[in-house]
Amino acid sequence: MKHLLSVQELSRAGTLRILDTALELNQVTDGGTKILPTLRGRTVVNLFYEDSTRTRISFERAAKRLSADVVTFSAKGSSVSKGESLKDTALTLNAMGADMIVVRHPSPGAAHRLAHAGWLESSVLNAGDGKHEHPTQALGDAFTLRAHLRPGAKDFAGLTIGIVGDVLHSRVARSNIFLLGILGAKVIVIGPPTLLPVGIENWPCEVSYSLDAYLPELDAIMMLRVQQERMNGTFFPSELEYSRTFGLNRKRARELPEHAIVMHPGPMNRGVEITAEVADSAQSVITEQVVNGLVVRMASMYLLIGGNVSVA
Amino acid sequence: MSLNSYLIVGARPYGEEEQDIRIINGRIAEIGIGLDPENLDAVQAKGRVCLPSFVDLHTHLREPGREDAETIASGSRAATLGGFSAVFAMANTAPVADTAGVVEQVWRIGRESGLVDVFPVGAVSIGLRGQALAELGAMAGSAAGVTVFSDDGHCVFDPLLMRRALEYVKTFDGVIAQHAQDPRLTQGAQMNESELSGILGLTGWPAVAEEAIIARDVLLALHVDSRLHICHVSTAGSVAIIRWAKKMGVRVSAEVTPHHLLLTEDLVAGFDPVYKVNPPLRSRADTLALREALVDGTIDIVATDHAPHPHEAKDCEWDNAAFGMLGLETALGVVVSAMRDVPNWNWRTLSDRMSSTPARIGRAINHGRPLAVGERAHLVLIDPDQGRLVVAEQLASLSGNTPYAGMTLPVSVTDVFFNGIHQVQGGVLNA
Repeated sequence: MKHLLSVQELSRAGTLRILDTALELNQVTDGGTKILPTLRGRTVVNLFYEDSTRTRISFERAAKRLSADVVTFSAKGSSVSKGESLKDTALTLNAMGADMIVVRHPSPGAAHRLAHAGWLESSVLNAGDGKHEHPTQALGDAFTLRAHLRPGAKDFAGLTIGIVGDVLHSRVARSNIFLLGILGAKVIVIGPPTLLPVGIENWPCEVSYSLDAYLPELDAIMMLRVQQERMNGTFFPSELEYSRTFGLNRKRARELPEHAIVMHPGPMNRGVEITAEVADSAQSVITEQVVNGLVVRMASMYLLIGGNVSVA
Repeated sequence: MSLNSYLIVGARPYGEEEQDIRIINGRIAEIGIGLDPENLDAVQAKGRVCLPSFVDLHTHLREPGREDAETIASGSRAATLGGFSAVFAMANTAPVADTAGVVEQVWRIGRESGLVDVFPVGAVSIGLRGQALAELGAMAGSAAGVTVFSDDGHCVFDPLLMRRALEYVKTFDGVIAQHAQDPRLTQGAQMNESELSGILGLTGWPAVAEEAIIARDVLLALHVDSRLHICHVSTAGSVAIIRWAKKMGVRVSAEVTPHHLLLTEDLVAGFDPVYKVNPPLRSRADTLALREALVDGTIDIVATDHAPHPHEAKDCEWDNAAFGMLGLETALGVVVSAMRDVPNWNWRTLSDRMSSTPARIGRAINHGRPLAVGERAHLVLIDPDQGRLVVAEQLASLSGNTPYAGMTLPVSVTDVFFNGIHQVQGGVLNA
């Protein structure tokens, strides 16, 4: 595997390899706190065309935990804001000898273009491309689900996962739906029809417009962020109507099975898609998701550019 | 020896029985078997299919304004190499072809290039802005004699402006060529709206955005009894609406591009912007409906929508790339590739859809004429068995944005006569 662009390019075995490697890294680094020499001498460039402090910091920390040299190149305050093309930036980074480009870009397929347009030789890791995919977020979520619901298992057969909200604009939802499909979980997508993409009935999931109908069946529920610009009557009538219909509040959380976990990729709109009470409850694993995102990013970097070096 | 006089030996008019064709002073003088070459240059054409040269009702030549992408001269070279004798140059140049001055300039430069007849298309609205009618009468009455009006690239979205335009062009037998795209339903659209667009996260361009405008416009054309032409029809639903409209007696014609006949949306999955085009590549079911409609005449013609773009406009990420692909030099091969296995398709049908009918819609009276004695010798010879590998760098266009690079198209244009001038020989343009 040279690039990580889309979960749809992963097999079940390839996915488990990343999750198992992440587990091993988690153990030898005590949850990502200890530094390993694995990628010493390698250069990882974080190329961020969108503001994303959380994801950028997670990738920076992942690379540093593996002793890589990390260069962060963000669209603001760089040549990009002077109108440099993606291609010219890629050629520059290639000339600088980057072993890996971690790219966050608003255009779907931007990571794919970097990897395949013939502009550079580096490995490319997609850190979110528009509405398309965010594979390491889904891998981190799979890591979290596995740890809580299927420790050590080779698949997610028998698990039912609800994904709730704005699937249309969400790369996190896309990557999660397809990755959970690869792992054999049953996925139920729930949201208003205006926020579900055309053709979703042919994806590896079931679709429902009612959250309440499915709560008792769910082993995990992932709440998606509602972007501010989708409110104000364009996709649904009001924030209040949305949270009444699709928000996870205490009453709904009580309908979940006792073992069920509550997830959110962050950043949350407390009071819109999820209430503060639920977000901070014992069922919530939202902060764990952040930590697990870090270890799967370490695992992905190691598997992409680690060569034959052993994990530690 | 007379000027522009040849004897074409053993060619097959419309792909039928072999005949010799004598050209004298740029016109067809005699058609028959075993003609005496006398003192004429003989052009050996055994087995070649001979057709009237093609007419493209929809070309972007980019001049004035974007001469880095294409010029009227380079586009004319591409056109004749593709077997065309006439092209209609769309109005979305800079400045826009919305005045008699601009259309006369395009027409005059086309005359100077001299390889094909360039017919400027006039804008429907000032600046393509869709607000006020351009001086349609002045353009029609200019030296360019404009008959086709289009805001192509933009839809004439205001129904009242569309109605007025349809009414107004009746005074000079003009036609409004509509780019059917509801702008509200296609905000930020990047590809066909489908299961694939959902998976790729690219904003969808739904079929209904085309079909709703066509439905509205055929009703308007019926109401005011005027001529409407639909540019680049791309969906099965559009075909059904046009079929209904023709049955109702609407004076509507329609075109399909070679790329919408052959290519499908699954090519977008690799995110290579060479496949980004407007309207977008659609589903397999759409291409099959378009092919059937082209055979049965619901869709009247093939038009290329030749859309050159400089290299950097495509060498980028999908969202930021320009819409459009080259079409002139590959049109014949692509059409044959898409259509050859469709029942009832033959060289006569192809000739009707690529030559006589587009000439009639555009009122290009000297083009698209039959292969007959007395007609101007606008002829193309085609090798029906010798394919051609498409190499972007070898095209005459100044741009290289062809989606067919690396493909071998099944037939090739070998010779082109324009007013009897033998200007393409062996697939190469005489300097």
